[in-house]
Amino acid sequence: MKLNAILSGTTLGLAMATATHAQEITILCDDVGFGCSTMAPIAERFNEENPGKTVKLETVSYQTIVEALPVQLESGEGPDGAIITDLGGLSRYYLDLTSHVDAGYFEEEFGRTLEWLRGSDRKSKAVNGMPTSLTVNGAYVNLTLFEQAGVPVPEEGATWDEWAEAARQVAEATNTEFPMEMDRSGHRFASFAISHGAELVDEEGNPVADEGLKTAIEKFVGWHKDGTMPLDLWGAVGGSTHRELFEDFLNANVVFYFGGSWTLSRMDTEVGDLFEWAVVDTPCGPGSCTAMPGGGALVGFKHTEQPEVVGAYIDYVSQPENYKEIIAASVEIPAAGTLIEEGVDYPGASERTKTALSTFTNQIPKMAPAAYRFQGWRYQRAMMNALTTRISQVINDELTVDAALDRIKQDVELAIEAAEGN
Amino acid sequence: MRATAALSGAIAALAALPARAVEPVMHGAQKALGIKQMPWVFLIPNLLAVLLFSLMPVFINLFYSVTGSDRLYPVDRPYIGGANYETLFDCGNYLDPSTCSRDLFWRALGNTLVFVPVQVAAMIGIALFTAICLNRDIRGRGFFRSIFFFPVMLSPVVVALTWQWILQRNGALNGLLTSIGLNRVNWLVFPDSAFFWSVFVTVWAHMGFFTIILLAGLQSIPRDVYEAAKMDAASPWRVFTRITLPMLKPTLLVVFILCVIRSVQTFDELYVLTGGGPGSATILIVQYIYEVGFAIQPRNFGLAAAASLLLGAVLMIFTLIQLRLARGRNL
Repeated sequence: MKLNAILSGTTLGLAMATATHAQEITILCDDVGFGCSTMAPIAERFNEENPGKTVKLETVSYQTIVEALPVQLESGEGPDGAIITDLGGLSRYYLDLTSHVDAGYFEEEFGRTLEWLRGSDRKSKAVNGMPTSLTVNGAYVNLTLFEQAGVPVPEEGATWDEWAEAARQVAEATNTEFPMEMDRSGHRFASFAISHGAELVDEEGNPVADEGLKTAIEKFVGWHKDGTMPLDLWGAVGGSTHRELFEDFLNANVVFYFGGSWTLSRMDTEVGDLFEWAVVDTPCGPGSCTAMPGGGALVGFKHTEQPEVVGAYIDYVSQPENYKEIIAASVEIPAAGTLIEEGVDYPGASERTKTALSTFTNQIPKMAPAAYRFQGWRYQRAMMNALTTRISQVINDELTVDAALDRIKQDVELAIEAAEGN
Repeated sequence: MRATAALSGAIAALAALPARAVEPVMHGAQKALGIKQMPWVFLIPNLLAVLLFSLMPVFINLFYSVTGSDRLYPVDRPYIGGANYETLFDCGNYLDPSTCSRDLFWRALGNTLVFVPVQVAAMIGIALFTAICLNRDIRGRGFFRSIFFFPVMLSPVVVALTWQWILQRNGALNGLLTSIGLNRVNWLVFPDSAFFWSVFVTVWAHMGFFTIILLAGLQSIPRDVYEAAKMDAASPWRVFTRITLPMLKPTLLVVFILCVIRSVQTFDELYVLTGGGPGSATILIVQYIYEVGFAIQPRNFGLAAAASLLLGAVLMIFTLIQLRLARGRNL
C-alpha cells in the first residue's frame, strides 16, 4: 500500500516535472540594443506571473543569428523564437501569431514593418512577429575636428559630394587619417545607392542594376582610390564578410563615419566626452536624401511545440508598458507608431544621445519608397552580398564598373533561380 | 600468494567471458559462411562506421548536387540533374574567370592552385629545418619544442584575430616600424602582401604539428649511420642529402600528403584574417563552398555540394598519384 502510494506520488511528480519542463521555451537573441539583456527583466516578470511557463533567453552573437539560425530552422530544429533581422528572408519559418495576440493592435502599431515579415506574400494578413525596433543607418561626424579645422559643418540638405569635400578639408587641416568611412555592409551602401537614384529592386521583385547604381559605385570606388575612404574595409576584405572599423571613429582617425542608430549606446559609452560628436542628417544624392530603414523582430517559429507560450510571451512583450521599458533600456528607435509619435524618455542616455536619436528619427519621413521596397524584399540579402563582393572587386581592379553591374544582377538572378529550384 | 593467484585466475576468467559468449556465434558464422568469409565478419563493425560517417555524407552530397532549391529536406528538393555542374563549368575561357558564369569559383580554384604548392613547400621546408635544429643537442631543447608546438593548440580564429591585430593599419607591426622611423604599410590591403601573410600565418599556425612528426622521423634514423659518415669525413650537406633525406622519405611522404590535404582545406584563418580579400585575392575553394552553402542567402546547398564533390575528386586523384609514386619507390 505504502509502496503504491510512493510510486504514484513519484509518477505524478515526474509527470508534473515533465509538464512544467514542456512549457519552457527558448528565445535566441544577441546582446545589442533590443536584445537579451534589455529583455531579461520582462522575461523574468513573465515567468513570475505565469507559473508553469518559462521563457529562457539564450544570448548568442549576431553572426550566429544571421548564419547558423537559418540552417537550424531549415532542418526543423532550433529555438522556439528569436530576435532576427532578416525579416523577409526567414518568413516561411514564422509562427502566425494572429490567434495569440491582438492582431488589430499589432496592425495599428507596427503596420508597415509587419509587412516586411510577410516576405514575398503581399496578400497575407498574418502576424508573423513583433517588430522590436527601427534602425536607421546614418552619419556620425567628429565636430571637434570640424571646429579645429574651422570648416563649417554642412547643413541639412547637403549632398554626399559636399560632405566629402568638407570632410576632406577637415582631414587635411587636422592631419586626420581619413575623411570618410562606411561599414562594409550592403545595407549601408544601399542608402548611398538609392540616394543616387538606384532602384535595386523593382515592383515585381526583380533585381535592378541601373544608372543610379552605376553612378554610386563609380563615386564610391573613386573615393577609395583617392584616399577619401580607407581601403581597410571595402578594399581589403573580400566576399560577403561584414566588417566595420568603429575604432577609427573612436580614435578620431576619421571625420565622417557612416554607421547606424544601433551604434548609439556604444558611441555614448565609448566615445562619450572624448570629443564632440553628432549624428547629422543623411546626405542627399540626386535621387533623394534617404537612409535605409531596418530593424529586428521578435518572432516565433512554426516548429515550436509550445505555440501558446510563444504567443503569450510575444503578446506580453508587446504590451505598451513592457515594450516602452525595453526600448528605453536599449536606447533604440521604437517600431510602435504610438511611441514614435509620443517619443520615448531614455533615462540612462546622455543629452547628446537623445539629440542623436531624434535626428535619426527625423530621417524616417525622408526615406525613399525604394528603400522600403528593398528592405522588405525576400532576396535583399542576396543583393547586399553581391554589392559588397563585387564593389570590392572593382576597387581592386578585378572588375570594371559595367562588369560589376552585370555580375550583381546575375548573382541575384542565379540566387533567385536556385532558391526556386530551377 | 595463493590469494593473489586466485585473484589473477578470476580476472582472467572474467576477461575471457566475452570471448566465450561470442564463440558459439562465431562457430555458427564460420559453419554458415566458410572460413574464407570470416575476415568480413570481423570487419563489419569498422565497415559500418566508415559507411555511416564517410560514405553516407558523400552520397548525401551527391544527392544535393543534383537537386535544387534552398530547402534542406530531401523531399522538398526537386531533381535538376547536372545543372549545378553545368553552372560551375559554364565558362568562355577557363583561364579567364571573368568569362565564367560562376567567376568566383574559378578565382577561388585558381588561388587554391597557387596557395597549395607555395604553402606546402614553405611548410615542409620550415618544419624540416626546425625539426633538424630541434634534433640537435642544444640547450633548452624541450622549451623550444614546446614553443614551436604552441600555435597548433590555438583555435584558428584566435590565430587569425591575433595576426589581424598585428597586421592591421594601426597594428603592432606598423607600431614597431614607425617606432624605428620607417613608414607604415597597410599589409592586408594589397593582393600580394595579403597573399604572403595568408601563407605566413597558416604556416606559423600548423608548422609545429609537422615539425613533431619530422622530429620523430629524424630520431628513428640509427645513430651509427651518422657515426660512419663522420668517420668517412662526409660534409654536413652530403650527410643531409645522402643519409637524412633518403631515410626520412617515408615520414616526408606522410607529412606531404597531410600537408596538402590540410592546405586545400584552409578556411578558418583566412576567412577571419582577410575574408578572401582584397577583392578575391585570397578566397580559397573551401571559403567559396562555405559562402555559397551557408553565408550567402538564399543558401545554395546544391551548388556548394557540387563544388565540394569536385574538390573531393581532385583531392582523391592527387592522393592516388602520391600513393602510386610511393609504391613505385617502395616507400
